[in-house]
Amino acid sequence: MVTAHPRGPMDDLLQEFIAETRETLEALSGEIVAWEASPDDRDRLDAIFRFVHTVKGSCGFLDLPRLARLSHAAEDVLAAVRSGERHPDTQLVNAVLAIVDRIGEIVEAIDAGVPLDDTGEEMLITALEEGASVPTQAHTPIASRNPTRSVRLNVDLLDRMMSGMSDMVLARNELARRLRDDGADPTVEAALERLSLTVAEMRDTVTRTRMQKIDALFSALPRMVRDTAAELGKSVTLHVEGSDVELDREMIEMMRDPLVHIVRNAIDHGLEAPLERRALGKREAGRLTVSARQSGNQIIIEIADDGRGIDTDRLIAKIAGNGGRSAKELDALSDKAKLALVFEPGVSTKEAVTAISGRGVGMDVVRANVEQIGGRIELSNAPGKGLRLAIHVPLTLSIIATIGVGVGDQRFAISRQAIEEIVRVGGDAIRVDMLGGTPAATVRDRRMPLVDLGGLLDLSGDNASTMLVIVGVPGGSFALAVESVLDHEELVIKPAAPAVMATGVYAGQTLPDSGLPMLLLDCAGIASAAGLQFGTEVAVDEVAEEAQAPSVSALLFDDLDGARRLVPLTIIDRIEPVPVEAIRFSGGRLRLSVDGRIIPLAVQGEWDRRATVSVLRLRDGNAEVGYAIAEALDIVVLPDTVVPAKEAGPVAGVVSIDDEQIELLDLHWLFATHGAELGAAEPPVCLIDGAESAWMKTFLKPVLEGAGYRVATRLKPGEAAAVVLTMGGSETPPTGNVPVVRLRRDRAVGDSADTSIYRYDRDGLLAALAQSAGGR
Amino acid sequence: MSDLFLIAHIAGRAVAIESRQVESVVDIGAIVPVPGTDRQVRGLAALRSRVVTVIDTHAALGLPAPEIEATRAVITQVEGHHYAILVDSLEDVAPFDLTPLSPGIVLDRGWRTTGCGIVERAGEPILAIDLRALVPGLAAIAA
Repeated sequence: MVTAHPRGPMDDLLQEFIAETRETLEALSGEIVAWEASPDDRDRLDAIFRFVHTVKGSCGFLDLPRLARLSHAAEDVLAAVRSGERHPDTQLVNAVLAIVDRIGEIVEAIDAGVPLDDTGEEMLITALEEGASVPTQAHTPIASRNPTRSVRLNVDLLDRMMSGMSDMVLARNELARRLRDDGADPTVEAALERLSLTVAEMRDTVTRTRMQKIDALFSALPRMVRDTAAELGKSVTLHVEGSDVELDREMIEMMRDPLVHIVRNAIDHGLEAPLERRALGKREAGRLTVSARQSGNQIIIEIADDGRGIDTDRLIAKIAGNGGRSAKELDALSDKAKLALVFEPGVSTKEAVTAISGRGVGMDVVRANVEQIGGRIELSNAPGKGLRLAIHVPLTLSIIATIGVGVGDQRFAISRQAIEEIVRVGGDAIRVDMLGGTPAATVRDRRMPLVDLGGLLDLSGDNASTMLVIVGVPGGSFALAVESVLDHEELVIKPAAPAVMATGVYAGQTLPDSGLPMLLLDCAGIASAAGLQFGTEVAVDEVAEEAQAPSVSALLFDDLDGARRLVPLTIIDRIEPVPVEAIRFSGGRLRLSVDGRIIPLAVQGEWDRRATVSVLRLRDGNAEVGYAIAEALDIVVLPDTVVPAKEAGPVAGVVSIDDEQIELLDLHWLFATHGAELGAAEPPVCLIDGAESAWMKTFLKPVLEGAGYRVATRLKPGEAAAVVLTMGGSETPPTGNVPVVRLRRDRAVGDSADTSIYRYDRDGLLAALAQSAGGR
Repeated sequence: MSDLFLIAHIAGRAVAIESRQVESVVDIGAIVPVPGTDRQVRGLAALRSRVVTVIDTHAALGLPAPEIEATRAVITQVEGHHYAILVDSLEDVAPFDLTPLSPGIVLDRGWRTTGCGIVERAGEPILAIDLRALVPGLAAIAA
């Protein structure tokens, strides 16, 4: 049977997948025939390979396991052909073509919503193997094609529609102006009002035919990331930012495949398995951030992970191993060029081939796709710490929320995304001063550089520039002084002519309803045109910050004996002040009562003369040990070099911090010595079982817990009961070696062989339990 | 073989523009200046729903500014952008034969880059110009 039809938002994606696969198949049919004629033709091979690879990618994502299996099998074989391991003989070509056909059939079946028998698919896959016999393929006739609910339109047509729409808006504005001037009668005005409403609504609709929120691209990510991560046994936290950026639909469509490939690659190749991550001192859940933002005349889609990054040495070894260029030649490349090797066809640093991203083939396809739309990919690699991949796509068309500002006679638009706030100069809180020859703005407690837009653009107005637009740019913020702040508008931004863009201060042009063209300012461009310098780039800071993460932080404290000691921060659950009354020497050792529990306490020095002590609550899994200290001082980075202590004890060794010798607590010793009792301290479990467990739970639980048992009605995995309590004649469940104590309802004993206990005989019950549970 | 040419006047001189370069001929309305650009960029203007970049032809040719602002323009499309090339006046459209510049004739100033040949109208030689050469900021212009 064909996989269950996904519902809801996935329906759209499925429809798109069907339309796209169908389209590619049609385009591919020529290639297939040509490949059949000359199997050595590399271009044809690549085209077919890309097709199955794309299908495979989409399938995993749409939950179509049958298609995924077929395309994965075909991809494997084609990869072998690409790498020269297999020769494309007739039998192989036929087998691949049979699979391509089958993919087409399944897609049609999904679309028609009819079931398709999956017999024979196993054979198709087997036929790919070397030396397999050619199967006789049983074609299943498919019900006639379902008419799709979506149509594909030529972009030119949409563009004509859009510009026609804008013309209509301008004509309406003109008409309204004329009518107002002539003092039209109310009925005409009412009709115009109705026309205006319709036109506005219509414009919105028409714009939507061309534009789409990038959310359309991002909304599928959470599901895809979850599924991919689950499949690979990884744990991933996804952050999506900037989903409300609106983009040309065409661009969104073109970005879909590259994004899917990159995200899969990041999870598969980039992020490590949870255990490995923990060993590396990273959070178990890998972090994957996908963001979109508009920057100047570009949209930047960034995919960043905190995984292992790209190991260029391994990459080089791999490429050199494939023949072609020598390792020496590759070693001589610049770091950037080395990194760019990931875009070479058929390269992967991963040994194992998986159903997720295969063998890195994605990346050459990804780059080809991005370059096709005039974009480029930038990699910033931090080996061991992550990879940041930025796709820059030209802003052909986008809707941007803007604020209009005025200087002199002219109006400009500023992207609202860049604006932090808008303030008016006045009072002490917001002022502009000259520092030497440089103006600076003080906005409440922030001081920042000031750029006078009129001065920068050589536009002088009659009014003073008293409005400050605080804009954020990479690295910092600055105040842009303008004469007036006008309205807020959503504008369709198009790129301006090269001569205009060359100034570096504009991001694009637009035609608002006024009918006068307007320029969108590029705030980052203005900052650099004005010569503003912000410290190192944010990106660099972040990397540096992440570089700190794997090092071990430790708490520096003064111990009760006056020594200064260190303990790794990760082991500390919390630090809290405790009155010394909570500490007792009981049961042969120091114990601390806290939160209604008793935990073992380790102490070095005198504690009983103080009113309170601070306790470090150290936790390792279930085991908890308290460690009393005088005062917590600081959090420091634990130096790499630890001089071991002379003998085993509470101190593991000595480290040097600011030339001071500081003892490092031996966690292993602490838990081995003080935590060992914890197992024994666990209360024995009394399992309530059988028909009357509700009564027993209600009536007996407090009694049993008071006597030191933990009462359970069901055992957790790996837990063993010390004793099982049942009542009445109910069947005793198989308990293995665990003793059973049986209660009875009536005071009178039924017969002499009855060893049960009357249910209100408290002492008898507890005695019986204690005896059974091992003399407690 | 004859091609259609549009005969226009720029800075008092007649010029021939190959009709394939001309998308339309319009009267330009309000022009919004673009501060910070080269002098050749007069500004932006709206042409129905389109924004066009208006090229000050005098500035592009390295000539002094005219006494009266030109308002007529030839619209041309270069590398996906629309430009309005300001002209003084327009005459007619007719087929002419393009012949190379006679040897020895060296054009002065901006004319040198934009002149691409000669057409002859009733014995009067008219300089044929390439509009693309007037547009600033292009990557490279094919000879």
